[in-house]
Amino acid sequence: MSGVAVPVAVPRPRPAAVRWLRRYGLAALGGAIILAWVLAAALAPWILSYGPNTVDVANRLKPPSAMHWLGTDALGRDVLARVVYGARISLSVGMAVVLVGGLFGTLLGAVAAYARGWAEEALMRVTDLVFCFPPIILAMAIAAALGIGTVNTVIAMLVVWWPKFARLARSLVLTQRSLEYVEAAQSVGFGPAHILVRQIIPNAVGPLIVLVTLDLGQAILVFAGLSFLGLGVVPPTAEWGAMVSEGRELVQQWWVATFPGLAILSVVMGFNFVGDGIRDWLDPHARTR
Amino acid sequence: MIRYVVSRLVTAVVMVLLATLVIFLIANTVPGDPALAALGDMQASDPVQVREFRARWGLDLPLWEQYWLFLKRLAQGDLGISISSRRPVLADIIDYAPATLELATIAFLLSLAVGLPLGVVAAVKRDSWVDHVARFVALIGVSAPTFWLAFIMLAIFYGQLDWAPGPGRLDPIAFPPDRITGLLLIDTALAGDWETFRDAAAHLVLPSIVLAASTLGLITRTTRAAMLEALSQDYVRVARAKGLLARVVVTGHAVPNAMLPVVTLGGLAYANLLTGAVMTETVFGWPGLGRYTFRSAVTVDFPAIMAITAIVAAIFVLVNLLVDLSYALLDPRVARA
Repeated sequence: MSGVAVPVAVPRPRPAAVRWLRRYGLAALGGAIILAWVLAAALAPWILSYGPNTVDVANRLKPPSAMHWLGTDALGRDVLARVVYGARISLSVGMAVVLVGGLFGTLLGAVAAYARGWAEEALMRVTDLVFCFPPIILAMAIAAALGIGTVNTVIAMLVVWWPKFARLARSLVLTQRSLEYVEAAQSVGFGPAHILVRQIIPNAVGPLIVLVTLDLGQAILVFAGLSFLGLGVVPPTAEWGAMVSEGRELVQQWWVATFPGLAILSVVMGFNFVGDGIRDWLDPHARTR
Repeated sequence: MIRYVVSRLVTAVVMVLLATLVIFLIANTVPGDPALAALGDMQASDPVQVREFRARWGLDLPLWEQYWLFLKRLAQGDLGISISSRRPVLADIIDYAPATLELATIAFLLSLAVGLPLGVVAAVKRDSWVDHVARFVALIGVSAPTFWLAFIMLAIFYGQLDWAPGPGRLDPIAFPPDRITGLLLIDTALAGDWETFRDAAAHLVLPSIVLAASTLGLITRTTRAAMLEALSQDYVRVARAKGLLARVVVTGHAVPNAMLPVVTLGGLAYANLLTGAVMTETVFGWPGLGRYTFRSAVTVDFPAIMAITAIVAAIFVLVNLLVDLSYALLDPRVARA
């Protein structure tokens, strides 16, 4: 330690735009990625010059070019078209699994927390039971037993998806029951509507929204994984995991497997950015970190 | 403490049994038929052969009797006979498990060796380039599909650069060592066969990096968050105010307190690695449990699925138990409570 007074750096306030960018820039980027995928998926037939299943054997395994921006696969199908159409399946499966699984789990967890007693005990033990399986193995077994197909795979994923929501919802309800901030808000004189909308809902729903957002990426990852293993979609459906699987032997024709993988990566990252952004926005404590 | 451990063990056994019951019921209520899956099309169309097949594998018994039979055999250490390989499931698992154990352990050590220091340094030097690298690694680790990462690594380091060997555990021309543990690194070292040892080690590099990626991301992220939390606590401020070296404050005060969440996650991550190696093993042609599980699931091989479920559930419950017990070591308050 020197005896000289060390000048303490006082952070100069940054312009508001820079601060906003630092805080929410990634979230905005994530939102833009997701929005772009949703739009591309919705408008696919109008923005693409090829269909996802247009076979053109004369032009098979062509590298990316002006004709085929992302190249063609082993059957001469346009990789770009298949990637964009693949977004339809991945996004809708992600939504379906997370919304249905999340709703079921949340209801179950909330009911358990309200009911207390043996009902809570029983519900939560069942949750623990499903929780103690690695999701991909259980989903794999169920999907294989049900038979290949998008709907069957979604069902298999739903079976393993709800427990985390049940756990979170239960702990949220338990916490909100006895919180001082509710009492504090009452004593300050806020009305019940204000307390409900401005205090309880942001606190209780926030973590759920964060989980839903982060989970959408996870659901898309798991579904792509099951598809990669041959349990997801029925060929020749364009789906990202299945496309990587079709191209995984083609090390020289790297574009066949690389681009669908990049698509998965970008969507999952997008949801991660948005989820983290929402968390920071809802939790001022985390914001300072 | 002993009472706590015993009661946790009893709960664990009950959980494992319930888990097998759940899988048993699911496997039996879904439409997949092992008889049709195992017999060829020709045989499956012959009712006599199908009936014989069911009788041989006990599939014609009432459900509860089938489950009772499974439990009775389980108690004797008999996991049944695999329908697709026609060998005892236990023998199959003993054959396949070492490959996964070796891969998962190396991947786990790798993700700890990189993830822990990276997370700690990222938190201590927040917003520095190390922090940005750590956050990028964590992001890629949790967002990139394992099977795609595996393809990219193989395409670049085997296909293009030829720095790493191709799929499999050994070169096709290499002589595998005599099986002692089934772990190639240990078996070759015991035999003193260093050439094969190097070959096995080289084959482990790419798959263990791929398998470690997601765990590494999670460990880095959790360590960083836990360290930031710990560094903002009053005892850290006190330690700094006392004039302790920054190194002492970090390693002596903040790190031990930040380890609780990391231990929970690490335990679960290891269990996940052991069971979740399916993708990596598929792309790298790794003859491990992941491949075996996948094959059993696709062929609706009940005995194999049941046995794997029991083992997986047991691993998870055991790891959870160890994590809880290690809490008591890391945090004296838990043991007293």
